[in-house]
Amino acid sequence: MEANDDKSPSKKEAEFDWFDRPESRRLLCKLLYAACAVSVIAEIPLFFLHKRHGHFGEHSVDGWIFFYASLGFIACSLMIIGAKWLGYLLKKPEDYYGEPGEKTLPEDIDESLR
Amino acid sequence: MNLFADFPPFLILFIGALFVPLFRGHWRSAWVILLPCLAFLNICLLPTPAEGQATLSWSVKFFPWLNDSLSLLRVDRLAKAFGFIFTLNAVAAFVFAFYVKKSTQHIAALVYIGSALGAVFAGDLLSLYVFWEIMAVSSTFVILARKTEKAKGAAFRYVMIHLFGGLFFLAGLVLTIHQTGSIAFNGFDFSTQQNLGTWLLLIGILVNAGAPPLSAWLSDAYPEASVTGGVILSAYTTKTAVYVLLRGFDGWDPLIWIGCLMSIYGIVYALLENDMRRILAYSIINQVGFMVAAAGIGGPIAISGATAHAFCHIIYKSLLWMSAGAVLYRVGRSKCTELGGLYKTMPWTLIFGTIGALAISAVPLTSGFTSKTIILHAAELGAEHRSWLFWPWLILEAASAGVFLHAGIKFPYFVFFNVDRGLRPKEAPKSMLAAMGFLAFLCLFLGIYPAPLYAILPYHVDYTAWTVSHVVTQMQLLMLSALVFFLFLPLLKRTSTISLDTDWFYRKGGKLFYDLMDRSLNGINAVVGRVVNGCAVPAIVRFFAHGPSYLATTAMMPVWKMQGHDADEIARRKAVVYTRCEQGAFPIGITACLAVLLLALLFVVSYLSHTDHVHGNR
Repeated sequence: MEANDDKSPSKKEAEFDWFDRPESRRLLCKLLYAACAVSVIAEIPLFFLHKRHGHFGEHSVDGWIFFYASLGFIACSLMIIGAKWLGYLLKKPEDYYGEPGEKTLPEDIDESLR
Repeated sequence: MNLFADFPPFLILFIGALFVPLFRGHWRSAWVILLPCLAFLNICLLPTPAEGQATLSWSVKFFPWLNDSLSLLRVDRLAKAFGFIFTLNAVAAFVFAFYVKKSTQHIAALVYIGSALGAVFAGDLLSLYVFWEIMAVSSTFVILARKTEKAKGAAFRYVMIHLFGGLFFLAGLVLTIHQTGSIAFNGFDFSTQQNLGTWLLLIGILVNAGAPPLSAWLSDAYPEASVTGGVILSAYTTKTAVYVLLRGFDGWDPLIWIGCLMSIYGIVYALLENDMRRILAYSIINQVGFMVAAAGIGGPIAISGATAHAFCHIIYKSLLWMSAGAVLYRVGRSKCTELGGLYKTMPWTLIFGTIGALAISAVPLTSGFTSKTIILHAAELGAEHRSWLFWPWLILEAASAGVFLHAGIKFPYFVFFNVDRGLRPKEAPKSMLAAMGFLAFLCLFLGIYPAPLYAILPYHVDYTAWTVSHVVTQMQLLMLSALVFFLFLPLLKRTSTISLDTDWFYRKGGKLFYDLMDRSLNGINAVVGRVVNGCAVPAIVRFFAHGPSYLATTAMMPVWKMQGHDADEIARRKAVVYTRCEQGAFPIGITACLAVLLLALLFVVSYLSHTDHVHGNR
């Protein structure tokens, strides 16, 4: 893939855009569901054959089947919803602190952009 | 070689930094890469004492009133482990920075890294403090090196907070020396050595570790540093603080909860953030939370786990900062709302960055999986005596899932995929790719074969991350988190906003204080100015300019009236006397007469007051 300086996409070359296509997005989505299913189903034989115990006593929650799947799902949902709610309180426009915007790109940016 | 076997590694970087301006172009870049290589070699050649042992050298008996001497080189397994990763990361960071031509940032970075090494190998509290402060100042120059207005503001706030934290450290240091009569820096015991001194020390260290509420300096300043500055900064300040906690505050229970708070706080803020480098800054706080919690759990396994995690964390965090830096370098933007679709032209940056993102999420086959899980394992073991450790363990597990959300998926997704914004930058320069490739290799290598890492840990760890049930449960945790990310994607839509953090208090509070002082003090000043300049001074001037003339004419009025002059004549005389008074042009006779009269008056007054005085004394 040859990169070009120009910011507009070059039409001449066939660009690698697999991830933009709706069909590949659908495929990736299915793969994600499959990975979730596999990881959850894989625990079933493990649970009954190896008798996985909790680390915090005989009957502790972390020994229950699908504990980690539930934890991942619940914890992440809570964190996203919590962050969303906090966002109403904490999110402010970018000029909130009234800092001066930069007129030119800083020195550490690629020279060809300046 | 014998010289290297007993040589403080920080000196290599300090002395080397002096020579940086002598080199030009690529030679300068090569020189700054060579220095951390030499320091790494130096640390390899330092003797490795047995577990729990240390060798002290470069000791000077500096203060005659102290029993201990200052020691610049204390070598033990903990210090060596941190020394290895500090120098290794420095090599990668300077390879990444190969294109940087200005020497100022290199010098600041070398002094910064050198002082972090000095702090890690310092044998006593005083030397540690000195390196601690050099680190604060030199890192400020790394931030300033970007030379933008925002960087200047952030650097100012950064150094103020660090000097503030340094004062806590100093106060704690003085109290501790006063109480124990020693500057030795070994572990402080939680049950017997809890006092004001050690708590002040702890607060000072936690400021550098990025613990809320004094954590906002990190997410404020690091993202304002340059492309390469951010990479260098991400590794040293917080991890030096972690080192000090591991050595000094092993088993301090409150640290467990502080660590849990940090891990959740980092996730929530990273979810709110729009700037990619700010997302990574918050995820530093999240990751350091795990290490702080490990210091609180205490014991050989937790300390080793935290060391292993710090080691791996520095690698993948640098890698993430590098990939974000490469994007920033090529595109000049860092906001998620302005980025997207970069996988098309920056595939290598994407691949390396994703390896870092997977490693931070502790996906099996990456270094996060073989290091972070030791900390969780330590919590499980610790629960035998402290059953309440279940709750911190649960929070840390939940935080591990959350890491995948904000750093594992969010960062690559919004930067490299999401929507195509028509950006077609070039792939990152070769030096950047080389540095990223090296660190990505380490992430995978330590994930698949962690034995070399386990071998350098401070205590022997009998732990295998690779069990079937462990891999399955970890994959469950992560895959379901990924599912949640894509299910809740509409909620995660980026907005071009900033999120208020605790720096609000000093940024807005400082402004408020300034405004308040401005209004009150300058208000008083203005009122006084108006009164004095506008009214009082002209009145006084008028009084002294025209007062005597008025007095003279007023005094003459009854005389003229008694003489029986009419109103016209009085007005004429009044005018004459007034002009004469104003001009001081009286006939000599009148002047002489008035002078005599005044002298007589003076004589009478002084005589009377004298006799009064005399009588009064009696």
